[in-house]
Amino acid sequence: MDRIPILKLGGVLIVTIQVDMHDRLALALEEDLTAMIVRTGARAVLIEISALEIVDSFIGRMLVSIAAVSRILDADTVVAGMRPAVAITLVELGLELTGIKTALNVERGMALIQSRLAEEEEDGCGGDREVHEG
Amino acid sequence: MTVKSTKVETLPIRSGDDVVRVRQRVRALAIEIGLGLVDQTKFVTAASELARNALDYGGGGEVRAEIVQAGMRKGLRLTFEDQGPGIADIEQAMTDHYTSGGGLGLGLGGAKRLSNEFHIESTPGAGTRVTIARWK
Ligand SMILES: Nc1ncnc2c1ncn2[C@@H]1O[C@H](COP(=O)(O)OP(=O)(O)OP(=O)(O)O)[C@@H](O)[C@H]1O
Ligand SMILES: [Mg+2]
Repeated sequence: MDRIPILKLGGVLIVTIQVDMHDRLALALEEDLTAMIVRTGARAVLIEISALEIVDSFIGRMLVSIAAVSRILDADTVVAGMRPAVAITLVELGLELTGIKTALNVERGMALIQSRLAEEEEDGCGGDREVHEG
Repeated sequence: MTVKSTKVETLPIRSGDDVVRVRQRVRALAIEIGLGLVDQTKFVTAASELARNALDYGGGGEVRAEIVQAGMRKGLRLTFEDQGPGIADIEQAMTDHYTSGGGLGLGLGGAKRLSNEFHIESTPGAGTRVTIARWK
């Protein structure tokens, strides 16, 4: 069976969707991503979709469900590279990408993820800093 | 005004791969009648929703694609047909977020919003026919 390759870069899993997704491929991707988040402790998933000419409710559901599982496993989901025509269509379709952050491209997506992770770390030692400053 | 069909073809919807082929063909026809990129994308998305419904709920079916002309205006009309169980309550099925199959329940309502014309007929036990059109 075909599978979509998942790349790991630091704490981020990166997936590029280039083919017209069909059911089996979508389910396999969801499973693979879930397993890989658990195995690697990844903190974020970046899904690059600039090759997708449309996002219908089927792909939309896949993205939302990947985001939901990721969140439970404490990882953020960012969708990068959505074509403008696709974004416009999604609004009319009525699809809200609940729990998903979007970025113009992979680079910005990575920057978004890095700043979120940095923020979290800062929050984690915020108490310490107060002690130093006081 | 009378509407003329100038080109008619029928595509099967029997598998997920067929749904992909329907999308590709609708895209090509949308380009042929001169729809802009956003309109193409909207109409291909609507077609994808209806093709998937015909496959998932109708047990498969087919779509007839027609390039239509009314005066100087060109359009693309798609008729999705299946011989599946049909829809008992169309109003309920059309409601956003209603799903009987674990979907998002956006396909029918979305296809209507993404088209200029939308028409649905269904006979429980006999099947479903959905017609959409987008005009240039
Ligand atoms: N061709 C069909 N034959 C029988 N029932 C249908 C057909 N198309 C739609 N339905 C019924 O109408 C409901 C709503 O369809 P709709 O496409 O709006 O949402 P969905 O397919 O459930 O989810 P989504 O399209 O968002 O993935 C379906 O759940 C199904 O019960
Ligand atoms: Mg549907």
